[in-house]
Amino acid sequence: MKKCKSASELASLREKLAAARDPKKPTIVICAGTGCLAYGTQKLIDNFRAEIAKRKLEGTVDVRTSGCHGFCERGPLVVIQPKQIFYQHVKTEDAGEIIEKTILGDAVIDRLVYRDPATKEKILHEHDVPFYKKQMRLIFGMNGQIDPRSIDDYIAIGGYAGLAKALAMKPEHIVDEVTKAKLRGRGGGGFMTGWKWESTAKAEGSPKYVICNADEGDPGAYMDRSLLEGNPHSVIEGMVIGAFAIGSSDGYIYVRNEYPLAVTNVTAAIESARAYGLLGENILGSGFSFDIKINRGGGAFVCGESSALFASIEGRAGEPRQKYVHATDRGLYDKPTCLNNVETWANVPPIIVKGAEWYASIGTPGSTGTKIFSLVGKINNTGLVEVPMGITLREIVFGIGGGIPKGRKFKAIQTGGPSGGCIPEKHLDMPVDFDELSKVGSMMGSGGMIVMDDRTCMVDVAKYFLKFLEQESCGKCTPCREGIYQMRTILDRISEGAGEEKDIELLEWIGTGVIDGSLCALGGTAPFPVLSTIKYFRDEYLAHIRDKKCPAGVCKKLITFTVAADNCTGCTACARVCPTKAATGEKKKVHTIDQATCIKCGACFEACKFDAITIS
Amino acid sequence: MEASRSKRNGATEAKVSEIVARYGHDKSFVIPIMQDIQREFNYLPREALDALSASLGVPQSLVYHLATFYRAFSLTPKGKYRLSLCLGTACHVRGAPQIADHITRTLGIESGETTSDGEWSFETVNCLGACALGPILVVNEEYHGQITIAKTNKVLAALGKKVETDEEV
Amino acid sequence: MADMVTLTIDGRRVTANAGTTILEAARDANIDIPNLCSNEELHPYGSCRLCMVEITHKKRQRLVVSCIHEVAEGLEVKTATERVLNVRRLVMHLLLSRNSTHPRLREIAAGLGIEKSMFPVDYKGCILCGQCVRVCREVVGVSAIGFKSRGDTRAVATPFDEPPGDCIACGSCHYVCPVGVIPMEEKDGVRRIWKTDFPMAKCSVCGKYFAPVKQLEYFRKIANLPENHFDTCVDCRSTKK
Repeated sequence: MKKCKSASELASLREKLAAARDPKKPTIVICAGTGCLAYGTQKLIDNFRAEIAKRKLEGTVDVRTSGCHGFCERGPLVVIQPKQIFYQHVKTEDAGEIIEKTILGDAVIDRLVYRDPATKEKILHEHDVPFYKKQMRLIFGMNGQIDPRSIDDYIAIGGYAGLAKALAMKPEHIVDEVTKAKLRGRGGGGFMTGWKWESTAKAEGSPKYVICNADEGDPGAYMDRSLLEGNPHSVIEGMVIGAFAIGSSDGYIYVRNEYPLAVTNVTAAIESARAYGLLGENILGSGFSFDIKINRGGGAFVCGESSALFASIEGRAGEPRQKYVHATDRGLYDKPTCLNNVETWANVPPIIVKGAEWYASIGTPGSTGTKIFSLVGKINNTGLVEVPMGITLREIVFGIGGGIPKGRKFKAIQTGGPSGGCIPEKHLDMPVDFDELSKVGSMMGSGGMIVMDDRTCMVDVAKYFLKFLEQESCGKCTPCREGIYQMRTILDRISEGAGEEKDIELLEWIGTGVIDGSLCALGGTAPFPVLSTIKYFRDEYLAHIRDKKCPAGVCKKLITFTVAADNCTGCTACARVCPTKAATGEKKKVHTIDQATCIKCGACFEACKFDAITIS
Repeated sequence: MEASRSKRNGATEAKVSEIVARYGHDKSFVIPIMQDIQREFNYLPREALDALSASLGVPQSLVYHLATFYRAFSLTPKGKYRLSLCLGTACHVRGAPQIADHITRTLGIESGETTSDGEWSFETVNCLGACALGPILVVNEEYHGQITIAKTNKVLAALGKKVETDEEV
Repeated sequence: MADMVTLTIDGRRVTANAGTTILEAARDANIDIPNLCSNEELHPYGSCRLCMVEITHKKRQRLVVSCIHEVAEGLEVKTATERVLNVRRLVMHLLLSRNSTHPRLREIAAGLGIEKSMFPVDYKGCILCGQCVRVCREVVGVSAIGFKSRGDTRAVATPFDEPPGDCIACGSCHYVCPVGVIPMEEKDGVRRIWKTDFPMAKCSVCGKYFAPVKQLEYFRKIANLPENHFDTCVDCRSTKK
């Protein structure tokens, strides 16, 4: 490929590429995000290719592997273009039939069509599925239209037009535009991106660094991975625009080691962007040069914290440093550094292309634009959803997420990762934006939303997050290292029925000290899940402490498994799975569970198809 | 015996200096270099780390800190079958801890350990970002979604572990 | 001359050189702020969190560690607000659960009204202030010891928990440790530290063992001294002149 030496060369290339994309050509779009690949999608892709070859249709039918579509619950996902037929839970052996019936013929395969669980109505097209219909997929929607490995795909749908436009602008006007758009950082704190850029641009020192934080560590949040895997060029384009605005020539993408596909795709994207003259020396003939290195993380949550991330890039253990100087003045190698996360960078190109005014008109006055959330846990439609800021939690959980599986009761939604909090049902109608979430004791964080039902124990959830942070604390400062450990021990005690009422106050006291005393944001927010569950679910704590009961039936020391004789059919399923032979009984006779040998692993409960195992 | 050992060390050193050279002997790349060593040997062999410290000129104390700080590194060889169980929040609320207990009980090893016969390694990992499939068990890069105790038994049995499996599951 | 700034600490007007830390300025003004990880010879570290103070600057109030935060014109510092004391109390309860006996810790705790830790004591001795690791790296320049692991399993260790190959047995870590948990002893011409024996050099004049051989070799190397420079101890060398 020849390098584009100017914006007009890029524009004519785009025209050529767009013209070559025949909108009428039958195309099988297969989601190849990590979620779908984990379902075994690679075999499906191979089989589609083989079936096409068998029928000698290579020239007439295209197969396109795309980035994540977001509806991970229903994977593997396939969309047949241009008919826009949406197939879900597609199996490897379905490939031939799809080609025969839907592409060569005009038939729809019933069993692969999405059926609305509520209305039982069949829905043929992707955009009509309620999960997608209520979203606003400005950033994430491109994933489905492109092959992440193809820079041509990205350019054809308008990619790098923002960069071309930005290079013709004055750097300070770009910063102004981002400031006017009121874009706030999508990684956690929600800091104004424009201000960050401005400070870095004005800071003294050289070189200046531009970094993309792709160390997405919040458990249950994976939108950054899906963006980087599914549309790496949008992130790169955002970074080049930012670098030009700030005056930086060196960039890094710091990506989690656990995301191998993201590393592969972004590496390939960087190489092709360089080959096209969109990265590297003299970008689009503008005289501006900027390049990006990839740094794989070593598997440490704390490296999402800026100073720990810098330490890791510099070749040290990821321990935060307290500086009381902004990274925009002294960051990586003590030089001015602008650090934004994946989603933030991906928001930059549309702002430049369509303008700040357009962007600021989406969302709420204080939180503009859209936000991608990962909706997971006890929810029917697990997946990634992009919605305008200000939408209510209820709309996300019930409108898009399809509610709670098995008709169980919604209990809480946890947002903001381990630093966030649990929000109870009474706040379901609140609008979701940076400030509203803070008001109820949680936070936006990177956008994880974990839905919990009445079988989720809030003491257990608090314990889970503390355990996570205890293992992820770097151990440098006393309150975080020792305080989280002590809080977790107290929660252990409570979940074992050995807690006392004064433990609640003690947790609150330690929690406040850990928040006030810790060196970095990991410790500084670690107690939030505990404090927010105490605030909203104090009764559940008290049930563990006073009544020695776990109302959700989770805390092992406080529950027993018994057989409900009325429901038991004597199918022997429980006896067969029981690892300690505590569940026994003759065929077709009511079984029993021996409490002395029961280890409360839950295998019987999981195996029983007749609701005959009771947890109390 | 001695001779074969020094030969092996020689090969390790050569591999390490090749990796170090790839990064232009730049000390700030010590973590990516260690990742490459880990990938090459499946763990961080002691003689490789000694060679790294010598050829890159970084103190052993730093290498040891990095090797024990970052989760991606292991100072002991991993087993033939490497089980990684996701303990992300979504997997947790869907019952992953019970699976972890079950694996520990069945294989007799805690998370982070390898069986003495070198067959099995077990580790719990933070969110893999495939939450729709939770709980997820990854065995040597192969994903097993919506795993249950019964399904875990089937996976282990398929790899040669003697466990009772339930045909109906 | 460096720029001077005026700030108030607990209501007292204090002047200090720009660039000094609040802790240094307080020390010069004889205002006591307890601390464990700070050491004038070492770069500020901010790990023990004991020296926290509450500051008001440009109407913004917040907690900072005084060993790192620098003085500024008009800065208002309060060293003992209830919020500050609560953090300090928590820190001392936590540190006493690692080391319940050392007099220095007990004294700081007593100053906060704490007699013993509210948490169960799991005696580890080391309070992880990191002074030993930092002195070895920043002052001695050998980085023979370091940290290992993370979170509550973090510890000071020799590489691979083996006899430290880079150690010169200078004893700096032993001397700098605020709670005296790095043992060092000398017997029969051998210095023992980090569970390793280091032979001592014998003075060719007086016959006394005066320093570890490895330490002398290291000094000779970095200062480019002649081969026989350390044949005699310092005392004999100065009397020879």
